[in-house]
Amino acid sequence: MNQQRLQERVRQLREQQSTNPCRVLVCCSSPCLSAGAGAVKSALEAVAAEHSGRVSVEVTATGCLGPCSRGPLVTVRRPGHADAVYERMTPELAGKILAGHLTETPPADNLLPADLPFLARQTRIVLENCGRIDPENLDHYLAADGYAALARALHDFSPEGVCAAVEQSGLRGRGGGGYPTGLKWQLLRKAAGQRKFVVANGDEGDPGAFMDRALMESDPHRIIEGMAIAGYATGAAQGYVYVRGEYPMAARRMHKAIRDAERAGLLGMRILDSPFSFRIDVRLGAGAFVCGEETALMASIMGRRGQPVPRPPYPAEHGLWGEPTVINNVETFGNIPPIIRNGPEQLAAIGTGRSRGTKIFALCGEVIENGLIEVPMGTTLREIVFAIGGGIPGGAAFKAAQTGGPSGGCIAAQHLDASMDYENLQALGSIMGSGGLIIMSEKTCMVDVARFFMDFCMDESCGKCSPCRAGTVQMYRFLDRVSNGSATERGLVHLEELCRLMKETSLCGLGASAPNPVLSTLRYFRDEYLAHIREHRCPAGVCRMTEVPVTLLADELMQRIAAGRLDGEAF
Amino acid sequence: MEARPVLPDAITAHVDDPRRRLVDQTLKRFQYRPDALIEVLHVAQGAYGFLGEELLSHIACQLNIPESQILGVATFYHAFALRPRGEHCCIVCTGTACYVKGGGEIVKALEAAYGIQAGQTTPDGRVSLGTARCLGTCSQAPLLMIDNTALGHEVVEGIAGRVAAALGKSSSGREPGS
Repeated sequence: MNQQRLQERVRQLREQQSTNPCRVLVCCSSPCLSAGAGAVKSALEAVAAEHSGRVSVEVTATGCLGPCSRGPLVTVRRPGHADAVYERMTPELAGKILAGHLTETPPADNLLPADLPFLARQTRIVLENCGRIDPENLDHYLAADGYAALARALHDFSPEGVCAAVEQSGLRGRGGGGYPTGLKWQLLRKAAGQRKFVVANGDEGDPGAFMDRALMESDPHRIIEGMAIAGYATGAAQGYVYVRGEYPMAARRMHKAIRDAERAGLLGMRILDSPFSFRIDVRLGAGAFVCGEETALMASIMGRRGQPVPRPPYPAEHGLWGEPTVINNVETFGNIPPIIRNGPEQLAAIGTGRSRGTKIFALCGEVIENGLIEVPMGTTLREIVFAIGGGIPGGAAFKAAQTGGPSGGCIAAQHLDASMDYENLQALGSIMGSGGLIIMSEKTCMVDVARFFMDFCMDESCGKCSPCRAGTVQMYRFLDRVSNGSATERGLVHLEELCRLMKETSLCGLGASAPNPVLSTLRYFRDEYLAHIREHRCPAGVCRMTEVPVTLLADELMQRIAAGRLDGEAF
Repeated sequence: MEARPVLPDAITAHVDDPRRRLVDQTLKRFQYRPDALIEVLHVAQGAYGFLGEELLSHIACQLNIPESQILGVATFYHAFALRPRGEHCCIVCTGTACYVKGGGEIVKALEAAYGIQAGQTTPDGRVSLGTARCLGTCSQAPLLMIDNTALGHEVVEGIAGRVAAALGKSSSGREPGS
């Protein structure tokens, strides 16, 4: 296929879609499927078959639309009408609704209001196709301007020009680090090496984050297009998508998308009849959080234990098999096609300060609307939690928001009006991270949360460097003692010392950021720690304070004897 | 793992095993490149359900890498099991969102109901109970996976009964060759 043929094909597909009298989009992402989207789709297909003599209805399984807690979601799209989105579908109801639409009497049951803040207040650029196209159908992606950016890059841009455009857009790494993407690509472009590699990091290990899964499952071609553009810009001929082992469906869809793109001449040898060739392989992770770290991820791609190595040398000089390599998050690659297609100004016009563009957040926890949102950088936390998320269920008070998973921290209620951008979140003691945003209400104990994350880091530490291997265990033990009531204030001093030590001496990001949840909860909720230690009570009522500090064992025993309660409990 | 000589008998015994054929096909597809190790182990685990000693030796031999290295990889990653798992798999998500909404209580209730710890298999080999760090379906928290079926928005009350019912409906935990 060459550029003219691609444009011709897109025109045909668009014509075909616009003449289609009725298209029904069923969200078939993991959350909607677990809520019963499969049966809903079958019911819709049955109704469509009933009416097939009179009117043709296209039932499409799409990726994630966003408001996951309202699933299964069905969108009815008819020319001349606004899209109608229905929530909490059952097979019967979905059939009734489609039949209603076909007889011009669309029912209003379970119809989402068109101005629902959750959808209306988003700026969907990376997620523009999610929930709108069939991720397993290349034609759908092509009709949505897919691969136009790749064609444009190959035709109108030099490799330097692509790097410059990405740099001009101000795009920064969406995996959490926030390193300018254009700069990273320039480094690789200038690096000397026989072979160069482009790697998409889809090892989304942070608990509570599912942006990458949704993007890979809902719009896999967008990532492929972004990677191919990166390959062209940097002179790489081989790419790898590293998909987290827990996401088999994402891996399957990436596989299929790569195969389809190769068949259509959009990937592989001589892409779109240009001299540029680029191959992509999928590598499936096997359940190791540390593999999200770039040097560990490269080890895993090479079939070894995912253990990090010290940097420098950075992957741009010494990456996969010792050759120059660029590693970006899949969301970063998702940002690339619009930059080339619409110009870097579009992205640069959105956002605040040095954080440009949009960010996808996985909004979940104690908030009414759960799901995936894409908002401009710099949106306030209050807007996200209360306007988009609909507030806290049951009228409970907002306590904190956790960003960045086990490497991030908590943002307390006094910072609800803080702008969500790279610099500001760092100043507040948290990080942007990959975009997990877990909302906690007054029913959550912050010591317990810190203990939960430390348990995670302890389990996931790869064991290569001692600060992380031993430090996480020590910190977990102390936090466990705080939550069972046997900690002392002296221990708290040790804990803070240990946090500093680990931050400074750990080999990779996992160990260096493991103390963050502890430090940030200590910063905003120190009184909660002290209530556990001094007053022996858990303000949120979560921790069972069954033990006492060893130094107080004798006193406690005497008190119990005096109270005539020598039952041996807790000794 | 002790190195043991591969005897002709041991080779011929596997020729007709479809699972072994699947592994061999995968090895061939990756052209016996050592960097394909993790992909091969995924296929092997999918076919056999776990990675046995003999199977690991075979893969090490084919990829021309030391058995120590292959065992290192197989033990490093959580996804690989060196012992057989139960007929059914019950995985409770303990990601942050699930934890905040009571996933930990569900694990304790199921541990009590089956008399095993998370990560163990019941003595009759029927059910393996496990936890996952995050299944990425946080909007359904707290979440359980019974084989390949998800149970979302769970509560701790009566959880054992619902899990038993779901286990009854589920035919088998493993998809051969997946």
